Amino acid sequence: MKYMLLIYSDENAWTDDEQQRCYQESVQLTQDLHASGKYLGASPLHSVTTATSVRVRDGKRLVTDGPFAETREQLGGYFLIDAQDLDDAIAIAGRIPSVYKGTVEIRPILELTGLPTDQ
Amino acid sequence: MNESNSVQRQVDAVYRAESRRVFATLIRLLGDFDLAEEALHEAFAVAMEQWPRDGAPNNPRAWLVSVGRFRAIDTIRRRTRFDASLAELAERIDAAEPDVRADEDVEDDRLRLIFTCCHPSLPQDAQVALTLREVCGLKTEEIASAFLVAPPTLAQRIVRAKAKIRAAGIPYQVPSIEDLPDRLDTVLQVIYLVFNEGYAASSGPSLTRADLSGEAIRLGRLVMELLPNPEVMGLLALMLLQESRRAARTSPEGDLILLADQDRSRWNQAQIAEGRALVQQALSSQQVGPYALQAAIAAVHAEAPSPATTDWTQIVGLYGLLAQIEPSPVVQLNRAVAVAMRDGPQAGLQLLDEILAEGDLANYHLAHAARADLCRRLGETAAARASYQRALELVKQEPERRFLESRLRELV
Repeated sequence: MKYMLLIYSDENAWTDDEQQRCYQESVQLTQDLHASGKYLGASPLHSVTTATSVRVRDGKRLVTDGPFAETREQLGGYFLIDAQDLDDAIAIAGRIPSVYKGTVEIRPILELTGLPTDQ
Repeated sequence: MNESNSVQRQVDAVYRAESRRVFATLIRLLGDFDLAEEALHEAFAVAMEQWPRDGAPNNPRAWLVSVGRFRAIDTIRRRTRFDASLAELAERIDAAEPDVRADEDVEDDRLRLIFTCCHPSLPQDAQVALTLREVCGLKTEEIASAFLVAPPTLAQRIVRAKAKIRAAGIPYQVPSIEDLPDRLDTVLQVIYLVFNEGYAASSGPSLTRADLSGEAIRLGRLVMELLPNPEVMGLLALMLLQESRRAARTSPEGDLILLADQDRSRWNQAQIAEGRALVQQALSSQQVGPYALQAAIAAVHAEAPSPATTDWTQIVGLYGLLAQIEPSPVVQLNRAVAVAMRDGPQAGLQLLDEILAEGDLANYHLAHAARADLCRRLGETAAARASYQRALELVKQEPERRFLESRLRELV
């Protein structure tokens, strides 16, 4: 089963050193996952201060500065994995470095037919 | 006529004894709660038709699993005409070994089912409802009335939980060794919650709902049979020792009778003996947990012929140990009450006031009731009255309210 692991934490709680170490450890985790055939994708995101929100209402496009919702913890990155089941996904989420500072939300992927595939 | 009655009785007996085991195995084979439930009912329908004609099979359980599985494959194939994605599922189930063999495998299926129903990613009220529904086989209406919720609310809770099990991929397996302690904890919490709801209903006119406690004890026995771990023993012992006092803890009018005032000849000695033996076994395991310690405390009470001859020193010590491994203000409160029994009400009151000053128990009616009792014993009537009144403002359960009101009236 495919799962999206969404990583939330308070951006301001990280020092530059901590952030760099987190990126390195995360890269290592993606390599481990890839070796066991469970890696589909992963990436950190730039700070929420770089966010832009778009909506179209009554045919009019509205572009605003900032994230969809102001929250204490912000979406900072994601892993997309192919795990055996929820217990496997929970175990992988527990290995994401940011889990010690923030929270990882596990969401099962809703499979849709008709999407382009890489192969 | 007599012949078909006797087969009907035989099918009924097999249903009572085996249906939950057959169901657990069908879930493993089919990977879906609803499909398994449907297959279970179809298998019993076929049994009703065939057993009177051909006689009952030698191994009814294996027969039912096998028939249920084939029926489910047929059902999926029929639906395949409308949904092509099901074809693969039918092939997969068909190709899988229909292994319905050794008894221990079947028991493993029940253990898997318990861990699935008590998965930490399900909300606790859903864990409880699902366990009673799927593991114990209680009807939705029975669970709803036991927990005082409307049947549609409870049914929806179960439907949502099953949908999450399917969509989120909650597995049907016994957790890995490293996850087992945490996951077992959730299972034990669910069982103890069911027990307490039956032993001291959290609200409403009746103090106990014996059926739920009986169901929790049955669940405890099942888990212990499958996983004889010291905390499982401790929980089963704790439930048995509490249950042993059921007949003595309420008056014929349904009023609460405190431990100190109970007629100890009405305690159930068989449950006490079984509970004490389990406590001994759990305490000798070198890894003593909170359930085993609470059971040990209950066992000390059970051993005493009267309140005065209770070994309060041992109880204070056990509460001290409990507070170390599971720090909680309620444990501190119980320890203070035991200290009052050992060293007198003044010592207990001093401890209790320190605990109340922390603030965590400010809205806990039993803390104020305990304080009122200690003040009463010290002859501080005005302070006792104030504390009873505070407890009465907070109490939610009718028999407890009547008890506090009568204590308040007795103050001169």
